[in-house]
Amino acid sequence: MHSNLIPLTMARPGQRVRVTRVEGGHGLRGRLCAMGLVPGTPVEVVCFGGGPVVLNVLGGRVMIGRGMADKVMVREA
Amino acid sequence: MANIVRTDEPARQAATTTRQLTVALAGNPNAGKTTIFNALTGGRQHVGNYPGVTVEKKEGSCRVGQTHLRIVDLPGTYSLTAYSAEELVARNFLIHDRPDVVIDVLDASNLERNLYLAVQIMELGAPLVLALNMSDVAEQRGIRFDLGLLSDLLGVPIMPTIGHKGLGKADLLAKAVEVAERQDRPAPRRIDYGPEMEAEIGKLQQRIDQAGQTPDGAGSRWLALKLLEGDENVRERIADTSIVAAAEQAAERLDSLLGDTPEALIADRRYGFIAGACQEAVRSTVESRRSTSDRIDMVVTSRVLGLPIFLALMYGVFHLTFTLGDPAMGWIEAGFGWLSGAVGGLWPEGSESLLRSLLVDGVIGGVGGVLVFLPNIVLLFLAIALLEDTGYMARAAFLMDRLMHKIGLHGKSFVPMLIGFGCSVPAIMATRTLESSRDRLTTMMVIPLMSCGARLPIYALIIPAFFPRAWHAPMLWIIYLIGIILAVLLAKLLKSTILRGEAPPFVMELPPYRAPTLRSVGLHMWNRCGAYLKKAGTVILAISIVLWAMQQWPDLPQDREAAFAAQRGLVLARTQLPPEAKDELIAEIDQAEAQAALEASLMGRIGRGIEPILRPCGFDWKISTAMIGAFAAKEVFVAQMGIVYSLGEEQDEESEPLRARLQAAYTPLQGFCIMLFCLISAPCMATIAITRRESNSWKWAMFQLAGLTVLAWVITATVYQVGRLLS
Repeated sequence: MHSNLIPLTMARPGQRVRVTRVEGGHGLRGRLCAMGLVPGTPVEVVCFGGGPVVLNVLGGRVMIGRGMADKVMVREA
Repeated sequence: MANIVRTDEPARQAATTTRQLTVALAGNPNAGKTTIFNALTGGRQHVGNYPGVTVEKKEGSCRVGQTHLRIVDLPGTYSLTAYSAEELVARNFLIHDRPDVVIDVLDASNLERNLYLAVQIMELGAPLVLALNMSDVAEQRGIRFDLGLLSDLLGVPIMPTIGHKGLGKADLLAKAVEVAERQDRPAPRRIDYGPEMEAEIGKLQQRIDQAGQTPDGAGSRWLALKLLEGDENVRERIADTSIVAAAEQAAERLDSLLGDTPEALIADRRYGFIAGACQEAVRSTVESRRSTSDRIDMVVTSRVLGLPIFLALMYGVFHLTFTLGDPAMGWIEAGFGWLSGAVGGLWPEGSESLLRSLLVDGVIGGVGGVLVFLPNIVLLFLAIALLEDTGYMARAAFLMDRLMHKIGLHGKSFVPMLIGFGCSVPAIMATRTLESSRDRLTTMMVIPLMSCGARLPIYALIIPAFFPRAWHAPMLWIIYLIGIILAVLLAKLLKSTILRGEAPPFVMELPPYRAPTLRSVGLHMWNRCGAYLKKAGTVILAISIVLWAMQQWPDLPQDREAAFAAQRGLVLARTQLPPEAKDELIAEIDQAEAQAALEASLMGRIGRGIEPILRPCGFDWKISTAMIGAFAAKEVFVAQMGIVYSLGEEQDEESEPLRARLQAAYTPLQGFCIMLFCLISAPCMATIAITRRESNSWKWAMFQLAGLTVLAWVITATVYQVGRLLS
């Protein structure tokens, strides 16, 4: 049973999720791919600080702006 | 390691070596590429944690046996699809310059993500050697590598290195030479993109081959992949537009068939290939746990404490700059005082020597005045190097993102601005990491408002002269803060008028905190000190002499000189006066004459000419002349004040320091206005030149020059006039 699709900004800090789809333009998607955020990748939300979201992607820490995080759809892993 | 000879003279080497190879050093930002570059070439260059500190194409050389290697350090990039100016530089070099071998530096603790770039270089067909860097750190974390197996699976040789200890460099270079010279190079491993995608790739490849559309010798498979990914740069380079159109249609077909864009699908397959290899050859004994970095970040980037910590850190930097630097400054000041007395004493009492004036007033007064601030500069750059090397800079970008967002930029723009506290020139170069040209221009325009190291001597001269001790650090902090606030407001204005546009996506890596190495910080400080001393010994020395000469000539008109002589004669004739009183009167007349001579000089006339313009800001003609000098280099302001007050006064061993003289001549309000004007007005010539180069237009450079100067005048005049009314 699949859990619901939510934007990354709705995930809780500490939550482990799986990237499902990236909405938004070509530049955004390519940028995220290069940083390891490909659909299917498990990521952990590290912190929120109110501004950008910090993620644990394949062991490294990547921060992405709020506007961008809104376009990354994830599923609870 | 004995066979590696570091050399700075490639020309001499050419005679004895038989072969030259070009080696490109590629890798993700923060993978330790610059450290490896330094280890290989012995190059003196800064190592930073901020993604993309390597903004220029840096070259070095070394030798392996009879082979001479030219090593090019490319800017850090995450992929071969270029999003920023820097990434484009790196990619273009790999594609167009076709280096003999590429060394891709991998951060061992972050292997999977780092291999993404490696796989793309591999697909490009470039001869590749991987350097597994910082494997010691990764092994401490409980990660074990089977390098032989990993190398087999990827089809690329892998050499372990530990950059900051210089370990493994000989083997790495030997392997690089071997790969570059190998004649029968095996075909690179081919990543299988799945039947649907492979079919489309095959069709495109065929069309590209038929049309002979392979710009710069790139392989048709690579071009087909890039076209499917929608790479703008490759699309532009393919002359046959029907191929580009076919690729677009293929991409649409794949999207509807597989439910995602080819771009994501291709990336997914690449990561799949990497994950497969890593699963076999890399063993991680520990579950991913909260690292120390995360624990620090919980505090440092927290919503409540983040900004206060940032502001406190900045305050600490300025406090240290002053308190730690103070004693050393005192020694240097005393040293120059002694020197000027000693040099002045070489000439007999009362003799008027031009050479004495040149040495004492021009050289020691000018250059000495600037050199006094060396301790401050060293400390400021130490602080900036520490912030960069520990990885805090990226956190500052994170913290400032919300604020920056409000002005239409994002946190990334804040990093070049922070570097601007050191010097505007590297800061403007660092804007290359920004993807949007509008954001780049906006950031470039406001960077001069970040008080650079060269302005520090001005503040260090003015603040103690006019403000009580307890106010020194807060005052400096306030001045820097005014700069930041103005930069923010100006950026907002630019982004909402002439540079309006969408903020590009904000993605950035937060590198793990690292203890800065002594070597790296030491190198950085040494470079800065050297640059400051060199500047003082060349540019500032030359300008000081020119300024001194402009204040020496033309002489006072003969009739006025005669008038002063007559006054002296009258005093001497008054026989009833005691000798001490006579001497005092004579000294007063001498001083008045020196003052008159200064006013009559070329510099005095120029100063007088622009005085009316700057008078509303509270500046007299002396300050006005110093402001002109400050355009050449900001430190010259201090040098010129030194010269002007040294010429006008009687010069002896007990002459008062410049600060005391300023205190006597001006009010604290005027002192504050001097700092304000120096902060905002015309950036130095070097900044204008780099803005011209980086924006590729004189228009923006001139806009920066004129705009900031007008802004400086308006703000300073307002502050001075309001301040005068209130006091």
